[in-house]
Amino acid sequence: MSKLLEARKLCAYYGPTQVLFDIDFSLEPGQITAILGANGAGKTTTLRAICQMVRTSGNLEFSGQQLVGKATENVVRMGVAHVPDGRGTFTSLSVDDNLKLGAYVRGDRAEVARDIERTYERFPRLAERRNQQAGTLSGGEQQMLAISRALMLRPKLLLLDEPSFGLAPLIVAEIFRIMRKINEEDGVSMLVVEQNASLALDLAHHAYLLETGRVALSGPAEDIKRDESVRRAYLGY
Amino acid sequence: MDAFLHQIFSGLANGCIYGSVGLGLVMIYQATHHINFAQGEMATFSTFIAWALIQSGWPYWAAFFVTVAISFIAGLVIQRIILRPVEKSPVLTNVIVFIGLLVIFNSMAGWIFDHTIKSFPSPFAQKGMLVTPWFSAHEVGSALVMLAVLFALYAFFRFTPIGLAMRAAAQNPDSARLVGIRVSWMLAMGWGLAAAIGSVAGMMVAPVVFLDPNMMGGILLYGFAAALLGGIDNPGGAVIGGFIVGVLENLLGAYVIGTELKLSVALVLIVGTLTLKPDGLFGKQVVTRV
Repeated sequence: MSKLLEARKLCAYYGPTQVLFDIDFSLEPGQITAILGANGAGKTTTLRAICQMVRTSGNLEFSGQQLVGKATENVVRMGVAHVPDGRGTFTSLSVDDNLKLGAYVRGDRAEVARDIERTYERFPRLAERRNQQAGTLSGGEQQMLAISRALMLRPKLLLLDEPSFGLAPLIVAEIFRIMRKINEEDGVSMLVVEQNASLALDLAHHAYLLETGRVALSGPAEDIKRDESVRRAYLGY
Repeated sequence: MDAFLHQIFSGLANGCIYGSVGLGLVMIYQATHHINFAQGEMATFSTFIAWALIQSGWPYWAAFFVTVAISFIAGLVIQRIILRPVEKSPVLTNVIVFIGLLVIFNSMAGWIFDHTIKSFPSPFAQKGMLVTPWFSAHEVGSALVMLAVLFALYAFFRFTPIGLAMRAAAQNPDSARLVGIRVSWMLAMGWGLAAAIGSVAGMMVAPVVFLDPNMMGGILLYGFAAALLGGIDNPGGAVIGGFIVGVLENLLGAYVIGTELKLSVALVLIVGTLTLKPDGLFGKQVVTRV
């Protein structure tokens, strides 16, 4: 099976500071991959590197096309949607406008309108608030909006940066249930960065463990979950 | 009483122009958080282009629309060539670039079209010819033109995908890139639109104040006062601010401080707003969830 995304010797820099050091990873189409690691390990940077929001070097191929050196908006136009940390909703714009913006690069207006309605069926809470400013939503609703907006692109790959951040456990469970459903029903491949390792390993098919900008461990999520050192350091039992 | 009403109505007419100059400032401020000090001189230069076209025999409205189009493209090109390289530079660098643009446009206008004061035609009959005791045909006409511009802009930002993309790019550039918006081009569009609005304001004010390279100097100050008073991040506020400034300026000039000191009204408003209510009357204080 050909890879959806393949990184070889990928490095990333913030100004003169190098954050990722020659990392290798690959994503299979249709699968959920998790990136685990402590604070500062380079998880968020890995997602930013894929979207070319930071300076990168090395090799990064998406469906066989080189991403390194492309502009962020062109990476997005290839079908990579990113739910950034802090969710990145347009807080002063309405829920409806946020969803429309998610489909900004799509030309099929009738289909876009249908996708928006489908989003409202999936998230009735967003439907109730469709004319409200996104900034007035609760944290969970904003996360749902952020994910929905990313899906409006009809992406081949969805990048999610800490979808559980700052949310109550019940809401987190709901969000992860929705993510699994989107993966199973729509076949969207996902790369999820998560601090909550046990949640992420339950969701993902495959996982990578980052330590100070290097890949420390990788393998099927089941194996990683059973790994002694991961269990002690990240799962806490 | 008629004189009083006339002062108010001509204040409102001027207010339209101040409001649109203010709107040009707000548009660029929203997208970049910079005040374009060259806004006025760019408008003056546009007006000179219209003047040259009319002098060479073009009908007024043809010259008008061609000038607006040229100004839009010029604004776009200026952003692409001159401002893009300093997009990520500190505020001070940008301010210097703006002042540079101001001086360049001012000197170019003087160099190409010389410094003599020129009369500029009004498409709405003769200046001073009153259709009623309260306002002249030009005041009514220019107010209508400016309102049409404001309405078109509102519709553009509210109802078109590009308008929505421009708002998104101004509000959150990073997220805008993540939905595939070419943010840098949205800034250029903003410059183009601001230049186009400025050119309309210039052509509408020129029949009243006469055309010379420093024509917009005072008007930019009024426009700045309008934008600040309304809230520098609020386009609607800039327009209402423009009306307030226009009427205040006229009434104070006519009855209180005399015409010579009119410009100081703008300065007092600027300083007053910044000290007493820095967000303006309609600007919102940014409150975010932590």
